[in-house]
Amino acid sequence: MSSLADAQVVRRPHVRATRSIGWGGILAGLLWLGAATLTALWPNADDWAYTDGLAAAEAMLGAGLLLSGGLGERLPRLSARTRGLAPWLGLLAAVFGAWELATAKLELLPRPFFAPPQAFIEVYLDDWPRLGDSVLHSLWLLTTGYLIGALGGFITGVAIGWSRVVGYWVHPVLRLVGPLPATAWLPLAFFVFPSSWSASTFLIALATGFPVTVLTWSGIAGVNSAYYDIARTLGANERFLVLKVAIPAALPHVFVGLFMGLGASFSVLVVAEMLGVKSGLGWYLQWAQGWAAYANMYAALLLMALMCSGLITLLFRVRDRALAWQKGLLRW
Amino acid sequence: MVVAEKHVEVLPPRALALDIEQVSHQFSLHGAPLPVLDQVDLHVEAGEFVALLGPSGCGKSTLLRLVAGLDRPTQGRLLVDGREIGKPDPSRILVFQAPTLYPWRTVWQNVAVGLEARGLLPAENRRVDAALDLVGLRAFAKALPHQLSGGMSQRAALARALVNDPSLLLLDEPLGQLDSLTRITMQGELVRLWQRAGFTALMVTHDVEEALLMANRVIVFSPRPARTTASLTVDRPYPRHRDDPALQALRQEIFDLLGFAEA
Repeated sequence: MSSLADAQVVRRPHVRATRSIGWGGILAGLLWLGAATLTALWPNADDWAYTDGLAAAEAMLGAGLLLSGGLGERLPRLSARTRGLAPWLGLLAAVFGAWELATAKLELLPRPFFAPPQAFIEVYLDDWPRLGDSVLHSLWLLTTGYLIGALGGFITGVAIGWSRVVGYWVHPVLRLVGPLPATAWLPLAFFVFPSSWSASTFLIALATGFPVTVLTWSGIAGVNSAYYDIARTLGANERFLVLKVAIPAALPHVFVGLFMGLGASFSVLVVAEMLGVKSGLGWYLQWAQGWAAYANMYAALLLMALMCSGLITLLFRVRDRALAWQKGLLRW
Repeated sequence: MVVAEKHVEVLPPRALALDIEQVSHQFSLHGAPLPVLDQVDLHVEAGEFVALLGPSGCGKSTLLRLVAGLDRPTQGRLLVDGREIGKPDPSRILVFQAPTLYPWRTVWQNVAVGLEARGLLPAENRRVDAALDLVGLRAFAKALPHQLSGGMSQRAALARALVNDPSLLLLDEPLGQLDSLTRITMQGELVRLWQRAGFTALMVTHDVEEALLMANRVIVFSPRPARTTASLTVDRPYPRHRDDPALQALRQEIFDLLGFAEA
């Protein structure tokens, strides 16, 4: 059975953890110390704030890695983690060093379009109130629109999949309107809705709703008919068939729709914020570009990437819980 | 009730008698009618174990679906204890050829489906444990279907049926997908369950030996459209042995009926 195979997989890192010194961690630590030295001692071509701060942070990371590599026996859990991350951390040290060289030290890349690493620190420390506000606004808009769209799409999908009458009336509308990119509604939405915020919520809901509807519908339509026969012979009524048989059986499809909807909602969010809404990360990007504040733009892009990745991760967690019964789930 | 030595009195009151009267059924295949059952007549006594034997695809499974109430016959009537079968009812439970457990439910939750659907679950969840004990799956109550072997899945499907205390158990080749060793074990277990619980059993199979080892009576069907060609009483005590000469003779008779000249 599968438990045997699992046990073998789990045991492997354990065996390797008996090796006392983590050379990978030590190498990555040395690389970071190198990057720190380069940042601190090589004079900047121009005036950049927080150069020393960057060097200090790099040095601390390097020292930490050295310690965890050397003290593998004392801190087995920490050293096991850094062992896995060491190749990536080493590569990142090299990238940071090269980046620092190409921008702040040698100015090989044209200014002001490329910012050195310390410029990120400057943006995050100086402009955090505005950035934080933008993140919160983006999250609030996205969450509202996404939840409305996901819920509406799910209910519509179940209804179309279950009821022939609903299918008859809704299917043609869905076929005509669904494939239209939600952003095509932008001009109309901005003058029909009372505020740009409500218009954007609607557009995000629309972009989310279509894939969720179609995949929920196909999930419900594809349920093994034997599942219904069994429930019916055991005395199930219609309500039980929908809630306890059709929906759980369709859930894997529903989650595919939810992932597609989340991706679509990100792009609508950014477009809506760039074109109408006066807050949020999309707006911040536009604003930073307008002032030629490219460092701010990169910093906001990084935040946006973290936000989107975080939301996808969150959805994966939800799915892992809801579909824990499936075997061979993809791990994000 | 008058206590008597008659066979019927020993049975629990809930076993159902089944009458199939002149039942014909047809499907439509690419627009053309495809007759699968042709004027089938069959009477099953309460508490009897009847095996339906016939060539593959002859329409035996369709007959079980009609008895379960999942489909309505094109012609004829099906009656349990004199009442016509209209829709599915938990007193008549069909065990399918494939176990078809709900993969999102644990074994316990799968077995509990019938009670849950009828709103009996909170009060009677001990019956689920009892049914799991009966099929020897108590230790796997929390396992998910994909963690079970084929035989264990089929036993779980059996427990899912038995937990409802059916009066008529319909078995559609319930052991068809099992390996031969598991199959032999399960044949014995099913007979013991039937003896203990006292329901009426109607089992579709295309295995002559299995029919003879398990049933009181074997009904032989013709190829599609199916009609009954013979009814053979197997009057041997349980547990039966496959080399019992009486069974061997019946086996030969059935092979002749099915049109095989056995070597």
